[in-house]
Amino acid sequence: MKSADVLEREAQAALGMIHDGMSAKERAAIPHQDMPQQDPKVRITNMSEVALGYTEDEAVVEANRCLQCKTKPCVNGCPVGIDIPAFIHEITKKDYKAALSVIQESSLLPSICGRVCPQENQCQKFCTVGKMLKDVDQAVGIGRLERFVADHESDSASLPEIAPATGKRVAVVGSGPASIACAADVRRAGHDVTIFEALHKMGGVLSYGIPEFRLPKRLVDKELSKLSDMGIKLEKNVLVGRTRTIKELMEEDGFDAVFIGTGAGLPKFMNIPGENLGSVFSANEYLTRSNLMKAYDQEHSMTPFFHSRRVAVFGGGNVAMDAARTALRLGAETVDIIYRRTRSEMPARKEEIEHAVEEGCNLRLLSQPVEILGDEKGNVRAVVIRKCELGEPDASGRRSPVEIPGSDYTVEYDTVIVSIGNASNPLIKKTTPEIETNRRGNFIVDEETCRTSMEGVYAGGDIVLGAATVILAMGQGRKAARAINEYLAEKK
Amino acid sequence: MYRIVSKEQFSPEVFSMEIEAPMIARERKAGQFVIIQKGGDFNERVPLTIADADEEKGTITIVFQRVGASTYLLAEMNVGDYIENVLGPLGSPTHIENFGRVVCVGGGIGVAPLFPIAQALKNAGNDVKIIIGARTKDLIIEEAKMRTIDPDLTIITDDGSYGLKGVVTEPLKALLEKGDVDQVVAIGPGIMMKFCTKTAAEFNTPIIVSLNTIMIDGTGMCGGCRVSVGGETKFVCVDGPEFDGHLVDWDNMLMRQRTYKDQEAEANHRCRLEGAGR
Ligand SMILES: Cc1cc2nc3c(=O)[nH]c(=O)nc-3n(C[C@H](O)[C@H](O)[C@H](O)COP(=O)(O)OP(=O)(O)OC[C@H]3O[C@@H](n4cnc5c(N)ncnc54)[C@H](O)[C@@H]3O)c2cc1C
Ligand code: FES
Repeated sequence: MKSADVLEREAQAALGMIHDGMSAKERAAIPHQDMPQQDPKVRITNMSEVALGYTEDEAVVEANRCLQCKTKPCVNGCPVGIDIPAFIHEITKKDYKAALSVIQESSLLPSICGRVCPQENQCQKFCTVGKMLKDVDQAVGIGRLERFVADHESDSASLPEIAPATGKRVAVVGSGPASIACAADVRRAGHDVTIFEALHKMGGVLSYGIPEFRLPKRLVDKELSKLSDMGIKLEKNVLVGRTRTIKELMEEDGFDAVFIGTGAGLPKFMNIPGENLGSVFSANEYLTRSNLMKAYDQEHSMTPFFHSRRVAVFGGGNVAMDAARTALRLGAETVDIIYRRTRSEMPARKEEIEHAVEEGCNLRLLSQPVEILGDEKGNVRAVVIRKCELGEPDASGRRSPVEIPGSDYTVEYDTVIVSIGNASNPLIKKTTPEIETNRRGNFIVDEETCRTSMEGVYAGGDIVLGAATVILAMGQGRKAARAINEYLAEKK
Repeated sequence: MYRIVSKEQFSPEVFSMEIEAPMIARERKAGQFVIIQKGGDFNERVPLTIADADEEKGTITIVFQRVGASTYLLAEMNVGDYIENVLGPLGSPTHIENFGRVVCVGGGIGVAPLFPIAQALKNAGNDVKIIIGARTKDLIIEEAKMRTIDPDLTIITDDGSYGLKGVVTEPLKALLEKGDVDQVVAIGPGIMMKFCTKTAAEFNTPIIVSLNTIMIDGTGMCGGCRVSVGGETKFVCVDGPEFDGHLVDWDNMLMRQRTYKDQEAEANHRCRLEGAGR
């Protein structure tokens, strides 16, 4: 890994290569800029952000690698259709304010999406430069540039204009990215908006799930304070379905429309023996203790975390990587990520897997936990693991793992973190029979408007998509907002 | 923000607080609970059963024992202070019907959440007998309130400092032996509920228990409260807190409760040393 100084010097050298009228080939020959990051040995001793962001020189060099394709293939890969070449062009002119305005036409949360979007499967996958160099890792660093712009202009972003009050009221349930986006766009149309959140802190997964070292909470707090500055009311400690039902919100409390963005907050377990032992945690619990309850700061936090030495994490997604890397920072000596396929099938962002490995997490691939063994205190002693091989592709197109009979072996661990996905929380479904859901408990909505089967009620984000991504959640929140604004304009 | 409107100290370690929370007061039913977080970034979320509520005043009552660092801090708060976060009502309400003859067993501060349930059972036409127990006289609470439901209630303490000497399973067994008990309800420490269940099992009598597992969110998001019931994993905060005692895997539940025990003892120690100065 190169130090920040070396990277900056290389960027300065590369600046010299840049001149007007460069050919595509010349641009593609500009070296791809790595983003400076904390040294792995140091960063596992702290909770600060791992990736430090481009310097201005690095950003300008990287922006000059963009060919400004007329066909804009990258935009097709962006779930919200940001005009990527346009904002990158503004960076080459060092007009970062203009760059931010381009992004903000389509995305409300660039500082967050620039950090957490799976760019290698979205915009960067389609980048012509990456195709020319036959390596998606050599594509223009669109996410890093987005992040640079958002961070550089973090103080200049002004509040959007808000239309005159309409007297209509909208309730937004949950405060994750889907709800944040929906609330902002509905408020802009002049409606009165209240967000109801169950937890004592707003932000959804951005606050309780994704760790500080990947997404600093000050960024989330900043987005949330923007919402209150826009006049949106933020009410915490309201669990819709228990404190108030959707029906009560509409019939008794006078809300004209409701948006439901309650996420996919129901941890799945494997249903293997030993899973209810004391030191077996869902990733949600483990991460909530550390992030929301600040258990990583044992000087101050009142919430305990389990002091582990040998940790097994089951799963291969972003959540598994976050849990594994959190365990390292909380003092674990070894952390194994146990996944039943191979590294290339892991659903996590590529960068997160790289970071986890750099930090010392072991990948135990083609491995399926089949039993957790306990000690006399009822905590984890070991995990029985069965080897797998890859078989035929399944519905998701990934080759499915096939267990190899008789291949079981046992590895000692004292902690297991189960991170095999989230289903949707059934509370609103149970208390609002009017809303149609599918077999998996996800809300069924109209694709264009995010309308549910209940009049005036819209939904978006993970509650509709199943555990998905921040950008898709935000995109749906905006779609729903457009439909809600139209609905309220017509409604007398 | 939730204002504390009254505070009472039942004994050196047991406190009752009435808190302004109109929405919760209106919606809550017997058997439900709240999660309290004192405020700020660092305080724990503590689940506490709703012992009583006054819909007109818009208040709920909680009763708690000073056991760990967080309940210690809560006990330091006074009338007029504000608790930043109170979430509820959580959990499924008690299933109330006319069972016939019901014995309600409360242990320690479990007596407080038992009160609204016993009252609802009485109102539903049940003949309600009450047994309350505690380690020692100081820890017997809500006796007068409970007497309004069963004037002849039984009191029993481990050390014999008040009422009978012994544990609650003894008078429970005596009532079961007499026959004519249709349903038992037990709320108290895990170990007490486990043995009440054993006792009820000897007489093939159904028993409802209210589990007090570790919790964080109380919304079904973390799974920290899970326990094995009838061979299935259940989340106490959503599926419970009340379950058929005969189906609960008691050893699993007691073991899970102890997961952080060593660390909590340490935190409590540290907190007292610092004079709870957070
Ligand atoms: C650990 C982790 C890491 C992730 N990493 C990435 C990543 O790198 N990149 C990426 O794109 N995506 C990532 N994701 C997924 C992404 O965070 C989610 O897709 C996204 O947050 C979904 O947004 P949402 O608005 O639908 O809901 P959420 O963010 O889940 O928010 C829902 C909110 O609603 C509240 N709520 C639930 N029920 C109720 C109720 N009944 N009443 C009131 N409030 C309620 C919840 O408390 C929660 O705050 C990750 C997820 C996790 C858990
Ligand atoms: S307390 Fe988290 S799921 Fe029950």
